[in-house]
Amino acid sequence: MPIHEKSLIRPENLITHDSLVIDGTDVSGHWSTFIKSRTITDYNEAMQDEIAALPGGEYIHRCWQCGSCTNACTVNAVNPDFNPRYWIYLIRTGMEEELLRDKDIIWQCVSCNKCTYACPRDVFPEGVMKATAHWLELKGHTAASPATHFDATFTEQILATGRMEESHTLRSFFKRTGQPLNQPWLVALVTGMAKRFPLFFMIRMGLAVVFRPRTRGWARTEGVLRDFVSQRRARNAAALGLDSKEGH
Amino acid sequence: MAGDLKKVAYYPGCVLEGTGHAYNRSTKEVGKVLGLDLVEVKNWNCCGAMEVKNTDPKLQTYLSARNLSIAQGMGFDTVMAPCNGCYHNLKKAEYDLKNDPASVEMNERVSTKAGHPAYRAGKVETIHAIDWLKRAVGEEELARRVTNSLKGLKVANYYGCMYTRPRHIFPEKDKGPGSESTLRPHFMDDLLAAAGAENVEYPLKTACCGGAHALSDCDTSTTLVLNLLETAEACGAEVIATNCPTCHTGLEMHQVRADKVLGRKTRVRILYFTQLIGMALGLSARKVGVPENMSDPSDVLQAKGLG
Repeated sequence: MPIHEKSLIRPENLITHDSLVIDGTDVSGHWSTFIKSRTITDYNEAMQDEIAALPGGEYIHRCWQCGSCTNACTVNAVNPDFNPRYWIYLIRTGMEEELLRDKDIIWQCVSCNKCTYACPRDVFPEGVMKATAHWLELKGHTAASPATHFDATFTEQILATGRMEESHTLRSFFKRTGQPLNQPWLVALVTGMAKRFPLFFMIRMGLAVVFRPRTRGWARTEGVLRDFVSQRRARNAAALGLDSKEGH
Repeated sequence: MAGDLKKVAYYPGCVLEGTGHAYNRSTKEVGKVLGLDLVEVKNWNCCGAMEVKNTDPKLQTYLSARNLSIAQGMGFDTVMAPCNGCYHNLKKAEYDLKNDPASVEMNERVSTKAGHPAYRAGKVETIHAIDWLKRAVGEEELARRVTNSLKGLKVANYYGCMYTRPRHIFPEKDKGPGSESTLRPHFMDDLLAAAGAENVEYPLKTACCGGAHALSDCDTSTTLVLNLLETAEACGAEVIATNCPTCHTGLEMHQVRADKVLGRKTRVRILYFTQLIGMALGLSARKVGVPENMSDPSDVLQAKGLG
């Protein structure tokens, strides 16, 4: 299976002997490298259906492994281990253990949609990446990623007021992820701004921090949307065979 | 459904009220000079940005559709959104409500419960600030109105992701000559050329700045932004023109971060395309909000006698 060759030749799957003779034939050294024989018995047959049941994952079954997504991928150019095509392959064949090797980078998809643009089969790989990242978290394979914290902070603000105020999002996010606000580059940015910003603009931004912008009469909408979100959460959890309270 | 673009509904979105205020200001000022009316969508709400869809895509569809419903109620058939994210989401809501019965059902149900009419596809067209200037004014008229030409200022036009991708939500693009291309967009180039800029050949027009993870995955964003900045410089650009507040602040923020964290300094300046057009139309730098940008472009502007 050519697609899977790379994992077969990982260092830990190779055997080389300094000195070994089998039936009178010298099989020592690099030229006689063996690949460990391997049998997979622990396919997760539910994985594709579970990921397809989460928002964004619906069209994963269309994939024919052309690799256009990985070829177009922004993050792949930065980190070659970020490989949407390969992950879709693993999900479709149920090779969970192999997928879990990359569990800590899948959330890094930047949603640039280059994959979706390039995909000839309308798999919507961007959605599949998000569904996979959610699946990993819901199943407890990974803790909530910084992106999940950011999305949650952001969405909470929209549900509460109808609008987003950036400094509030920034502060809540840094607090939630335990990052200090006094990082040197952030300090340089803010002091640079403070030197240049016109006074009225500073006042304006300050007022927005105190009196957070909000959509008028939002309370009724808020209630309806919170109901919707909790219904969807319960539905997603049920699709994964989880107790609905476990979701993030 | 083109309608009369001399008067359109205006959806600024959250960021244009905050860090992207310079874009808001310059868009309104340019409209004023060119005699175009912008009527703000009443009591609008967030379109869902790039985050809400990760909680649930239909929640984002509803949030965007609510704004379209208000614009329709105000009697408009066109809404203009200068932010790529808002523009993209309103377009996406339009697409979903046209093609996905489940989204239609959800939008009807939630709108009714929230107590306002549900938006139905095909009633309001969403356009970008670029489309607005291109269609309501056009390059020829714009060139006639220019009083302080950009005098060959070398500009790299940076459109970002959400203006062209995914292409299925932009049915009006890729329709041959005269329409916008999703692979090599050129509408902003056309407008800035009419204002007297010299557009450099920039291969990263639609590359990603990592905006979705500008804070949650800083290192990736800094790498992506640095690539955009250094490539623009290699192409001979003095200024990168932007049409999205997320890209714009992402470039500004990670230009500082690349310098502080990686020790890689870049000199290229970053301005909203509406700021450049505004200055070409004779507005001062202050009027188009240059002092509200996070990075200071005044050296480049003064060298060209702009603002």
